[in-house]
Amino acid sequence: MRQSVIPVLTVLAAIIALWYGAAVWLNAPWAYDKAQRAGVELSLGDVVADTWSQDKPKLPAPHQITREIWKTTVEKKVTSKRSLIYHSWITLSATLLGFALGTVLGISLAVGIVYNRTMDMSVMPWVITSQTIPILAIAPMIIVVLNAVGISGLLPKAIISMYLSFFPVVVGMVKGLRSPDHMQLDQMRTWHASSAQTFWRLRLPSSMPYLFTSLKIAMAAAIVGAIVGELPTGAVAGLGARLLAGSYYGQTIQIWSALLMAAALAATLVAIIGVMQRIVLKRMGMAG
Amino acid sequence: MSSETIISARDLSLTFQTNDGPVHALKDVSLDIEKGDFVSFIGPSGCGKTTFLRVMADLEQPTAGAITVNGVSPEEARRARAYGYVFQAAGLYPWRTIGGNIRLPLEIMGYSKPEMAERVSRVLELVELAGFENKFPWQLSGGMQQRASIARALAFDADILLMDEPFGALDEIVRDHLNEQLLHLWKRTNKTIAFVTHSIPEAVYLSTKIVVMSPRPGRITDVIESTLPRERPLEIRDSPEFIEIAHRVREGLRAGHGDDV
Repeated sequence: MRQSVIPVLTVLAAIIALWYGAAVWLNAPWAYDKAQRAGVELSLGDVVADTWSQDKPKLPAPHQITREIWKTTVEKKVTSKRSLIYHSWITLSATLLGFALGTVLGISLAVGIVYNRTMDMSVMPWVITSQTIPILAIAPMIIVVLNAVGISGLLPKAIISMYLSFFPVVVGMVKGLRSPDHMQLDQMRTWHASSAQTFWRLRLPSSMPYLFTSLKIAMAAAIVGAIVGELPTGAVAGLGARLLAGSYYGQTIQIWSALLMAAALAATLVAIIGVMQRIVLKRMGMAG
Repeated sequence: MSSETIISARDLSLTFQTNDGPVHALKDVSLDIEKGDFVSFIGPSGCGKTTFLRVMADLEQPTAGAITVNGVSPEEARRARAYGYVFQAAGLYPWRTIGGNIRLPLEIMGYSKPEMAERVSRVLELVELAGFENKFPWQLSGGMQQRASIARALAFDADILLMDEPFGALDEIVRDHLNEQLLHLWKRTNKTIAFVTHSIPEAVYLSTKIVVMSPRPGRITDVIESTLPRERPLEIRDSPEFIEIAHRVREGLRAGHGDDV
């Protein structure tokens, strides 16, 4: 852990330096434009200062985004429609529900594939096909169809989120449930164990390393699904709605702060699963 | 000793169909194992000794011939949990303690909690692992893990113990010790043991009956009734009698092997 602090900070510093440089480069034309119309000459210092403080910059500087995030999190009440925490919670709730549904669906399909020959032959191609359809194309369809049957709000977004997150779980769990070797399965046979006993005592525990790896990918996919689910709905709340509204009005600072918030959210959720993974596998003697 | 036949094979054959054509893992094998026997199966790789053991355990199906275990088919015997099977690797579950691993078959067979606790402590004592019940497998040496796996096979009331090269992966010293313990255990429990091995001294030291097998097709070339007493200290391996039996086993292996040794 400690050895990685310095390299991580170095990379972070490099990114921020590059970012400031890119902000100058991308925002300078607008600064010169303004100056020309006002008929003033700009010194280099003026240009830099201007490019880092425009209202609608092409690329906002890190401190502008930080200030925006600060303003919309700490300084706003969480119930406010302008609070980023409020919007994050909307997206988070859809993410978590979609992740939970996706995990349940993924594990169920994997169990079916491992235990049922027909499902083994038939389901996997469909599972793979489902992921080749662009989510942006199918998301509005899901929303429209569910709306027609009277389902709106959280659930349609969660279903889009599930659509993306069940896939890694199926793939990982099929491999995980099949990870016990011949000897272990023969051993169960010598004891005349039932399928259910073999599942609960051998296959499921053996699949845990695979499950956690899949869950990390599924969580990242779930948050993408929730955000995508907010785009075509004209949703007024959620990080996706913030992204969309920001792009309508050219509010680049708002877009970037929503983006960074989404990234932070995803990183936190994945990190939580990582911690659970470490604890569980260590207790099960399967760490490393 | 009663001479009750526990395992009886008649003209048993097993042919695997592979992409390179049929492989005759077993061909016309006939053998009787009496109650209380300690029978070793010895032979080079591919002689069908493990396959024979797996047929007894209903892990493979013979393609011809007949076999009974405890007077019934291997499948019925397996369903009745008539045997304990010890594999080459200990195969302990890392997420269960040693006690938990030994409880595993007992849970599957539906023993009550107090019964399980009683049996676990009894078999742990039998394999000299008392006090290790709450340790995890990684905390034990390879030899101790294999002892735990034997304890697991002894935990339920199977009169037959099928062992497939259980000590094959262990070093010589540990192996000697486990062989001695196994004989001791056999004497105390009066189980019928079928034991697959690569090692001539191991086969001679342990067995009342040594079955020499040879490959292509897998068959029995010699069955040697040991004249050694049941009481066998390790030093018995230096006795002329021991050396003579070992010599006969070696001859049997060479004869069965033809020229391609």
